[in-house]
Amino acid sequence: MQGKESRHDGAVISARALGLTFQTGDGAVQALRDVTLDIHKGDFVSFIGPSGCGKTTFLRVMADLETPTDGEILVNGVAPQEARRARAYGYVFQAAGLYPWRTIGGNVRLPLEIMGYSRAEQVERVRRVLDLVELAGFEKKFPWQLSGGMQQRASIARALAFDADILLMDEPFGALDEIVRDHLNEQLLDLWKRTEKTIAFVTHSIPEAVYLSTRIVVMSPRPGRITDVIDSPLPRDRPLDIRDTPEFLAVAHRVREGLRAGSDQ
Amino acid sequence: MRSVVPVLTVVGAIFVIWYAAAVWLNAPWARDVAARADRTLSVTELVADTWAQDKPKLPAPHQVAVELWDTVVGQNVTSKRSLVYHAWVTLSATLLGFAMGTALGFVLALGIVYNRVMDMSVMPWVIASQTIPILAIAPMIIVVLNAVGLSGLLPKAIISMYLSFFPIVVGMVKGLRSPDVMMLDQMRTWNATRVQEFLKLRLPSSMPYLFTSMKIAMAASLVGAIVGELPTGAVAGLGARLLAGSYYGQTIQIWSALIMAAVLAATAVALIGLAQRVVLKRMGMA
Repeated sequence: MQGKESRHDGAVISARALGLTFQTGDGAVQALRDVTLDIHKGDFVSFIGPSGCGKTTFLRVMADLETPTDGEILVNGVAPQEARRARAYGYVFQAAGLYPWRTIGGNVRLPLEIMGYSRAEQVERVRRVLDLVELAGFEKKFPWQLSGGMQQRASIARALAFDADILLMDEPFGALDEIVRDHLNEQLLDLWKRTEKTIAFVTHSIPEAVYLSTRIVVMSPRPGRITDVIDSPLPRDRPLDIRDTPEFLAVAHRVREGLRAGSDQ
Repeated sequence: MRSVVPVLTVVGAIFVIWYAAAVWLNAPWARDVAARADRTLSVTELVADTWAQDKPKLPAPHQVAVELWDTVVGQNVTSKRSLVYHAWVTLSATLLGFAMGTALGFVLALGIVYNRVMDMSVMPWVIASQTIPILAIAPMIIVVLNAVGLSGLLPKAIISMYLSFFPIVVGMVKGLRSPDVMMLDQMRTWNATRVQEFLKLRLPSSMPYLFTSMKIAMAASLVGAIVGELPTGAVAGLGARLLAGSYYGQTIQIWSALIMAAVLAATAVALIGLAQRVVLKRMGMA
């Protein structure tokens, strides 16, 4: 595995001329075309674009939930399927997707049970990740007893509970109101710094993408493709009010330009 | 407790209608008897007679109550005159048939959910099986099984199973497929095995469906057991009581057997409802 990694310059995720065409009743739909991108260890990469630009499809390809029809993609230096089998990533979906018949603790423990962690290890890890997302003390509550934001935090805890270095997040805060979203964004940055995970994050919010990311990938639809990759000049330590600085606004401006250029074609 | 008044009102209304219907249906016989004896009946005599005939077209509630009391409390439960004995004969076939039907329904549902060939092929047959009138097929099942040396409890249980597996299949297929795509994708991201996916996601998701199906299956199962007792000329069971009652015009006996059947079904369904409440409560779903 070491050899393969070095061949891809240490990229955690490496896509080369990736394409995916869905066969539908109305004919072929090109969800992704000629996508080439490297995500390096410790990066926080956001994917932004209008609906149909393939950002979620790209994330699902990384997770081996979709199979590309063209090109090549490696996750941790191996094929996505192999990476999935090695449990290389945690995936956070748009909805929290907690099991209503399990407590918060039970939900976080679920992947650990599936992966065969020992009983003691499960207890220890559940406690640790619930602490990490500030849900200590809610272990015995059922999902319906928690607010939407807390449920989404529990689902992030669940994705962190096992030792995956990669976190794939598909619009995890899309359904939440702005105040809750700000708070969770701040927490997520803090968590990213402490855990040093590599994060791929799909969003349709420009401020969210700029605030969170070290790199922003702008995509556009029909066919889904990358139109711009922006390396953020912002420092890794980001208080919420960094969003009022000229640097932040400049990056946001460039993202907006990229989105507009993509939709004009 | 708020439901007590409405329930009592409905029960009261049923009794009023029942007594009135008894007068209406039994009056011709009472008048015939009186006419043959060259007597005319006053209104009170007529009413009193219609509520106290030996073989009324429609027995009055208190006649059925007295018959029930005599045959339930007044007899040793091992006696063939005891309705408890007959109820147990039917109930044992019902419970065995229900257990077999639930197991069969569950296995078929598993096959349909996990096997593409079964998914494409089994359901039409399952539905077709229920379009055949049970009264038509029950005698044949009894005769065929008798020919291979099976008689007594098992043939009746098999008819019960025939009726009760259907709601279980339909409910469990729906229940096992109730997890959404996202939850199944989630399992995939954790590289869960199919067994883990079944035990930790599909099976718990299907619990509310299972209990609802089991309630319907239990009621169907009792009907099956009673129908199974009819064509054999069975000497024991509620079906036998119904048959004997109809041979000899013992309408009071028929009605008490019917009420016993209703009580059995209601009790069994209520017990499943109780289990449902306990299980779903423990799962945090109720």
